[in-house]
Amino acid sequence: MNWEIVIGLEVHAQLLTKSKLFSGAAVGFGAEPNTQTTLVDLGMPGALPVFNKEALRMAVMFGCAVNADIGMTSVFARKNYFYPDLPKGYQTSQMDDPIVGKGHLDVVLEDGTVSRIGITRAHLEEDAGKSLHEDFQGMTGIDLNRSSTPLLEIVSEPDIRSAKEAVAYAKMIHSILTYLGICDGNMAEGSMRCDINLSLRPKGQTEYGTRTEIKNVNSFRFIEKAIYTEIERQADILEDGGRIVQETRLYDPDKNETRSMRSKEEANDYRYFPCPDLLPIVITQEYVNAIGNNLPELPTQKAARFIEQYQLSKYDAGVLSASRNMADYFETVTLKTNDAKLSANWIMGELSKLLNQNQLEIEHSPVAANAFGLLLIRIKDNTINGKTAKDVLQAMWNDEGSADDIIESKGLVQVTDTVAIEEMIQTVLDNNKAQVDQFKAAEHDKQKKMIGFFMGQVMKASQGKANPGIVTPILNKLLKD
Amino acid sequence: MFQQSIATLIKKLHDNEISSVELTQHYLDNIARLDPTLNSFITITANTALEAARQADKDIAAGKAKPLTGIPIAHKDLFCTHNVLTTSGSKMLHNFIPPYESTVTARLKEAGAIMLGKTNMDEFAMGSSNESSYYGAVKNPWDLTRVPGGSSGGSAAAVAAGLTVAATGTDTGGSIRQPASFCGITGLKPTYGRVSRFGMIAFASSLDQAGPMARSAEDCAYLMNAMAGFDTQDSTSSETPTEDYLANLNQPLTGLKIGLPKEYFDAGLNPEMKETLLNAIKEFETLGATIKEISLPNLKLSIPAYYVIAPSEASSNLSRFDGVRFGHRCDNPKDLLDMYTRSRAEGFGKEVQKRIMVGTYALSEGYYDAYYLKAQRIRRLIKQDFVTALKEVDVIMGPVAPTTAFSLGSKTDDPVAMYLEDIYTLSVSLAGIPAMSVPAGFNQGMPVGLQIMGDYFSEAKLLNIAHQFQQKTDWHLHTPNMAKGA
Amino acid sequence: MSLDKQDVQKIAHLARLALTDEDTSQYQTSLSSVLALVEEMQSVDTDGIEPLSNPLEMTQRLREDVVTEVNRREDFLANAPSSSDGLFLVPQVID
Repeated sequence: MNWEIVIGLEVHAQLLTKSKLFSGAAVGFGAEPNTQTTLVDLGMPGALPVFNKEALRMAVMFGCAVNADIGMTSVFARKNYFYPDLPKGYQTSQMDDPIVGKGHLDVVLEDGTVSRIGITRAHLEEDAGKSLHEDFQGMTGIDLNRSSTPLLEIVSEPDIRSAKEAVAYAKMIHSILTYLGICDGNMAEGSMRCDINLSLRPKGQTEYGTRTEIKNVNSFRFIEKAIYTEIERQADILEDGGRIVQETRLYDPDKNETRSMRSKEEANDYRYFPCPDLLPIVITQEYVNAIGNNLPELPTQKAARFIEQYQLSKYDAGVLSASRNMADYFETVTLKTNDAKLSANWIMGELSKLLNQNQLEIEHSPVAANAFGLLLIRIKDNTINGKTAKDVLQAMWNDEGSADDIIESKGLVQVTDTVAIEEMIQTVLDNNKAQVDQFKAAEHDKQKKMIGFFMGQVMKASQGKANPGIVTPILNKLLKD
Repeated sequence: MFQQSIATLIKKLHDNEISSVELTQHYLDNIARLDPTLNSFITITANTALEAARQADKDIAAGKAKPLTGIPIAHKDLFCTHNVLTTSGSKMLHNFIPPYESTVTARLKEAGAIMLGKTNMDEFAMGSSNESSYYGAVKNPWDLTRVPGGSSGGSAAAVAAGLTVAATGTDTGGSIRQPASFCGITGLKPTYGRVSRFGMIAFASSLDQAGPMARSAEDCAYLMNAMAGFDTQDSTSSETPTEDYLANLNQPLTGLKIGLPKEYFDAGLNPEMKETLLNAIKEFETLGATIKEISLPNLKLSIPAYYVIAPSEASSNLSRFDGVRFGHRCDNPKDLLDMYTRSRAEGFGKEVQKRIMVGTYALSEGYYDAYYLKAQRIRRLIKQDFVTALKEVDVIMGPVAPTTAFSLGSKTDDPVAMYLEDIYTLSVSLAGIPAMSVPAGFNQGMPVGLQIMGDYFSEAKLLNIAHQFQQKTDWHLHTPNMAKGA
Repeated sequence: MSLDKQDVQKIAHLARLALTDEDTSQYQTSLSSVLALVEEMQSVDTDGIEPLSNPLEMTQRLREDVVTEVNRREDFLANAPSSSDGLFLVPQVID
């Protein structure tokens, strides 16, 4: 059976305001329980919400960045349900009149194709608190620090057709949010959470199948894996002639499967109505234009510029513009080295390898962009070769000093003196007469492979410091004689 | 001796004729003597009151007095008072000690007023007779077999019986005006948004409004000067500038155009009540006003509209009372659902539960349009009626309630009998305009209140009109027997 | 509009109110009375009339994004029926 996969993503992004959506309590991850709360976030009697203007600005920034209609009058609505981490017994959200309306963004897939994904809407709402289930002997502990943290809920149209596309979309949203500086995108800490709505339908059918919702997936890898297992689960059921139950599920990364969420099983009547403690938010076109005209350069714009300005490939431009921090790092390095290709290769290669090994994002790299640039300059000016540079980088990573400090203290300056190199090569050839004879007797093709042996010997003799670019022609010349 | 105006009391305090400590002690003595009968107080803060009185006397002596320094008042028990029990008349909050202060009580304290205690009220402000309080019914000082009105019944009874100089109340559908009428005192429901709702335990957010209850319009003006005004902590608080509510009390009423809605004076109004009110209204003509008949065609729809909107908002506002972070939690909950359902069923009285359910139903899927939205559309029609009428006249007058105070227990069996009593006050709340209840006579020994309604932010005008009436008449100076000599 | 027993139970559950059988019958009667009262609303045509929420039709004021509150955990936990280590405790929630 040829199934068409239909996916819509809902992303909840915690906005980087200093204070909460409706109170002046501080926001932030990791504080002691209930130390970042005030009567408003605790739902105490008589408490009233007052709306944070920065959250509004951030929401409008996002709307402008995804070419969306902006709601000139938007309304806060109460979503009523009972849960211990929801202190008022309702969540203040937006229902019929969200701040951001229809928009779209384009994602570039690995094979280079561009896909336009529609955005249905984005709205502001307050986050709930946290429940802690361990340590309390049959009781659950409630921490309301997170209660009333501003969230931007971004809802995509069901335009996504594959797991890869879903990940690309999620990454693009992540890019945009971090580029705008409105969310730190830290999925592990829950600053950005994804809900996946997935259904299958026979190819060619226009009617949607029954969908399930997989809630709170907090990494790109898990998004992909969750989608694959859910597709398989749904396909199995449908192919056996069964029906999909519309329900909420959770992805279990240990078992790599989704399971039904018990507490959300009963359909909830949220009894939405406009919150009477808040008034309609009315904004002007001037306000929107001021924001829209002053957006920082967005990921796709930056990637396009990188291609043009630095002659990078589409792929490289995409990788280097994925995050603003990465893009800024690249440009700082390139400014120093004046060599975009070299900078790109080394950042995407050796530096990324180190970052991944240590599970660090580029903004936490112990080697700053300027220092890194200085290292690359030493490669460019032939002070050291590529292999040595890797060692120097590792030493810089371990905080042993600047590139020049390390090169000097370890005596790593490359040998470029052609006379000395010629002497070294001649010595090697003299010491390996048998191999030289074999070389001269061999066919042209085989000779190419045998050069490696001599090159290795020369490098060994020079303790790796001979510049291969200089060795090669001299070696070839001497071997011809 | 002490049932004098605030102006007189302030003069006596400043002239050293009496001290604030004497004054406060006097009211505390009255409370001790009469309140076991009336039950108008839930909490009496005697020690802190006397301490504040001592400080007040010092401040007066040092020339540091504020506008209300040394004057003892009482607060309806839904204003959160820091470190003082605040119950909202409910078992749900029988142990709730707020760690914060409402704006209204803070401002009155800042102005120098002394808090005698927290007054009894219908549970969560839902009621018109003060019979639904967990802390027992309040009695009407004029006739102990009758209700004082509600939901601010405790405040009204306390003022009428001389247990306090003045009190704060709140009005959602008539809860200041109706008890003021039943107890023969003066009360003002300000324009919606005039007084901050921060720290005021919410009943219906788009209707609730705090206001003063006292023995005269002038006394109410003293309190309004402290209470009214923009508050950054309340998004629904208005930035329209306040004024000195005492400044224009003596403006003559020549040329004042008074509108009498024909729907208020139709066959449904008790003839004796009608006569009393029309006589009172004649006084205004002698003061230079003219009377004109107007129409508020959608008046009757205010009952269904209110009894959808208020319970709907309340059902949501009361969801926070869940036994998790404060308030009543049932014993030995077997799981979360049990904790919720039993805590709430035990903590809330029957009237509150009923209204929560009405509101839940009205907002629920499939009914929202027919109930809540419909009620809000009617609300706009009702507002339009007032806006239109107030283009033709300056103020509107009419009854506060269809009858004088009814007997305790007489309306508690019929689920909607009490609701129908609110016919004259609800539309004002829905429109958000200000209105007062002013003592205007007696029917068979029980007080009758005259309702005076005005345009948005016309409180100063209303107080002026009421004050002029009170210079000409003395209904507001009558005292119930039990309070004589208090 | 008359409500049956199941309607009342459904509403009570949404509102998290525990009702005995007797309660349920009583509320059936009283709720039906209230609903009959509000049926009056259907007698007027409100087509084209916008709903009115805030009576003064004000718009939302914006608050500056500054932290104004300090940690007052002990004060706010003081009214908790059950708490431990700075957390509010409830019977265990199973997800």
